[in-house]
Amino acid sequence: MSAKAKMKQVFDRPKSLKDVPYHYCPGCHHGVIHRLVAEQIDAFGLQENTLAAASVGCSVLMYDYFDVDVVESPHGRAPAVATGLKRARPDSFVFTYQGDGDLAAIGTAEIVHAANRGENITVVFVNNAVFGMTGGQMAPTTLEGQVTTTSPYGRSAATDGMAIRVCEMLSTLEGTAYAARVSVDNIKNLKKAKAALKRAFTYQTKGWGFSFVEFLSSCPTNWKMSAEEANARVGKEMADYFPLGVYKDVRAN
Amino acid sequence: MARRVMIKGNEAIAMGAIEAGCRYYFGYPITPQTDIPEYLSAAMPKVGGVFLQAESEVAAINMLLGAAATGARAMTSSSSPGISLKQEGISYLAGSQIPGVIVNMSRSGPGLGGIHPSQGDYFQSTRGGGHGDYRTLVLAPSTAQENYDLTMLAFDLADKYRNPVMVLGDALIGQIKEPVELKSYRKKPKDKPWALTGAKGRHGHILKSLFLADGELTDHNWMLAKKYKSMEKEVRFETYRADDAELLLVAFGSVGRILRTSVDILRDKGKAVGLLRPITLFPFPNKAVRQAADKAKVLMVMEMSTGQMVEDVRLAAECACPVDFYGRPPGSIPTPDELAKEAMKIWRKRGLK
Ligand SMILES: Cc1ncc(C[n+]2csc(CCOP(=O)(O)OP(=O)(O)O)c2C)c(N)n1
Ligand code: SF4
Ligand SMILES: [Mg+2]
Repeated sequence: MSAKAKMKQVFDRPKSLKDVPYHYCPGCHHGVIHRLVAEQIDAFGLQENTLAAASVGCSVLMYDYFDVDVVESPHGRAPAVATGLKRARPDSFVFTYQGDGDLAAIGTAEIVHAANRGENITVVFVNNAVFGMTGGQMAPTTLEGQVTTTSPYGRSAATDGMAIRVCEMLSTLEGTAYAARVSVDNIKNLKKAKAALKRAFTYQTKGWGFSFVEFLSSCPTNWKMSAEEANARVGKEMADYFPLGVYKDVRAN
Repeated sequence: MARRVMIKGNEAIAMGAIEAGCRYYFGYPITPQTDIPEYLSAAMPKVGGVFLQAESEVAAINMLLGAAATGARAMTSSSSPGISLKQEGISYLAGSQIPGVIVNMSRSGPGLGGIHPSQGDYFQSTRGGGHGDYRTLVLAPSTAQENYDLTMLAFDLADKYRNPVMVLGDALIGQIKEPVELKSYRKKPKDKPWALTGAKGRHGHILKSLFLADGELTDHNWMLAKKYKSMEKEVRFETYRADDAELLLVAFGSVGRILRTSVDILRDKGKAVGLLRPITLFPFPNKAVRQAADKAKVLMVMEMSTGQMVEDVRLAAECACPVDFYGRPPGSIPTPDELAKEAMKIWRKRGLK
C-alpha cells in the first residue's frame, strides 16, 4: 500500500461553510463558533433545509460564510424574525446567531418571549461582554469594573448594574427546553460546546422546543488584548462570573 | 353569486386577507383595530393558518418579516402608536424587498392622543415612515367594501413589487358596520423564486438591506427608486359629480366618504361642486389632480388633520388653480352639513357663481 492510500482525511471545511476568509479579527471566537454550528448543520444533514436569522453585530455578515438561506434582522429582532420563519416553515431548521448587545440589550423582549412561547428554534448566543461591531462599548454583559469606551472608569455596579446572566434567566422560563453555556477557549471546552450544539439541534429536529446555547467569546480588539490574553480571559474572568454548564435539559433522562 | 354580509370594517379587512390567501398574522392589541386580531385569532386556525399575539408591535412586524421571507403572504395590523413602532421593520422590509401588508386603522395623536378617527398619519404613511429613502404603497379605503377589496389588492401589489403595502383607514373606517359583498379571490399568486425555502440544489438565498461594497448601496437605492417610479401605473382614485365642477373637493378615506353627501347637498342648491378621492395615496394621483386643476376653478382639500395631503395636492396642481384647505384636527367627526358650509365659505371667498 502506498503512503497516500493509507492517509485518511480527518479535518475539512464543513460543507455548509463557504470557502472564503473570515473578516473577523485575529483571535476572535466568532469564526470558531461559526465552524461548530456549520459542523452540526452538516452532521444533521440540514444544509438544504436551514433558515437562519442573522443579527446586527460583528456577525451580521454570517451570510457571507454560511451557505444556507439567511435573512437579515433588525438589531435585536432575530428571535421574532425566526419565529416568523419557523411558523411559516415548521419543517425547516431555524436558528438565530446573536451577540450580547443584540440579544441582551436591545433585543431583550424578543428573546424572552420567543423562549417563553417555546418556539421550536435554536439560538446561538455569542457573549463577548462588549458591543464589538460599534467599537467596544459597554454591553449588559460587561463585567463589573471592565473598562470599555463608554465605561472609561470601569463598569459601576451602582450606576450600571451587574452583568446579566442570560442563560440562567432564560432557564427560569417554562418555554425554554434546553439552555447551556459553553466556551471554545480550550479543546476540552470546545468538545463540550460541540456536544451542547448537538443537543440543541436534537431538540429542534425532534420538535422538543426552544434551545439556547450561550458561547463565552473573546474580543481581543475591544478588550485591547492579544489573542492569547483574550482567550485566557474567557476561561478565567468570564467563566468565573458566567459559569459554564448545562442549565436546562428537560428531556435528560 | 358573492355572499353579502353585514360586518364591521375591521372584519372586512380580516376576511379580505384570508380570502387573498394570507395565512400568517402577527399583531398586538390596540383600539380601534383590535377586531382584526380578535377575528383572526378565531379564523386562522380554521383555515390552517397562524395567528400569533406578539409581545409588541416591534416583534409583530419582525415576525411578519420572517414569515414573508419564506414567500408566505403575511399581515400585521395596528393603529397609530403601534404603527410608529413598526417603522423600523417596514424600513427593513423595503430595503430587503420583502413583501408584506400592514394595516393602520389610525387614531388621533400625537403621543397617546385618543381613539378618535384621524388622518394625521398621512405623512408617515406616504413618506416611507421609517429611516431611509424608501416608499410604501398606500391604499386608503373609505367603506367596509373597500376594506375587503383593497386588502386583497394589497397582497397582490406587495408580491408584484416585493414591497410593503399599507392599508390606511381610521377609527371610522374600522368601526363602521355595513354590507359587504364577499367576492372570491381568483388570482394565482406570483411565484417567489427569491424566497427562503432551504438551499436545495442551489446556494443559500440572502435577504438583506446591508450593502457595504463600493457603489453597491447607491445602485440598490437607484434600483428601488426606479421601482417606486414604476408604481405610478397603480394609481387609483374616484371622482363624484366632478365633470362640470367649478369647486372640486379633494379628500381621502373617511372624509372622502362624508363629502359625497356634502356634494349632494351643494348640488341640490345648484352649486357645481364635485369630489376627487385618491384611493392610492402613494402613488399619488398627480395627473388626475393636475387635470382637475385645469378644469375646475378652485380645488379645496379637506382632511381630519391640520393639513398634510394638501401639500401633495398643491404640488400636483402646479398652481394651475388656487388650492384651499379646511382641516379638522381629531376630536369629533365632521358632518356632511358642516363640510358643505366650509365649502360654501370658499365658494363665496373665491367669487364662484
Ligand atoms: C437600532 C440600532 N441601534 C444601534 C445599532 C448600532 N449597533 C450595531 S452592532 C451593535 C452592537 C453589537 O454588539 P453585539 O450584539 O454584542 O455583537 P458583537 O459585535 O459584539 O458580536 C450596535 C449597537 C444598530 N445597528 N441599530
Ligand atoms: S471586534 Fe471583537 S467581536 Fe468583532 S470581529 Fe473583532 S474580535 Fe471579533
Ligand atoms: Mg458582543
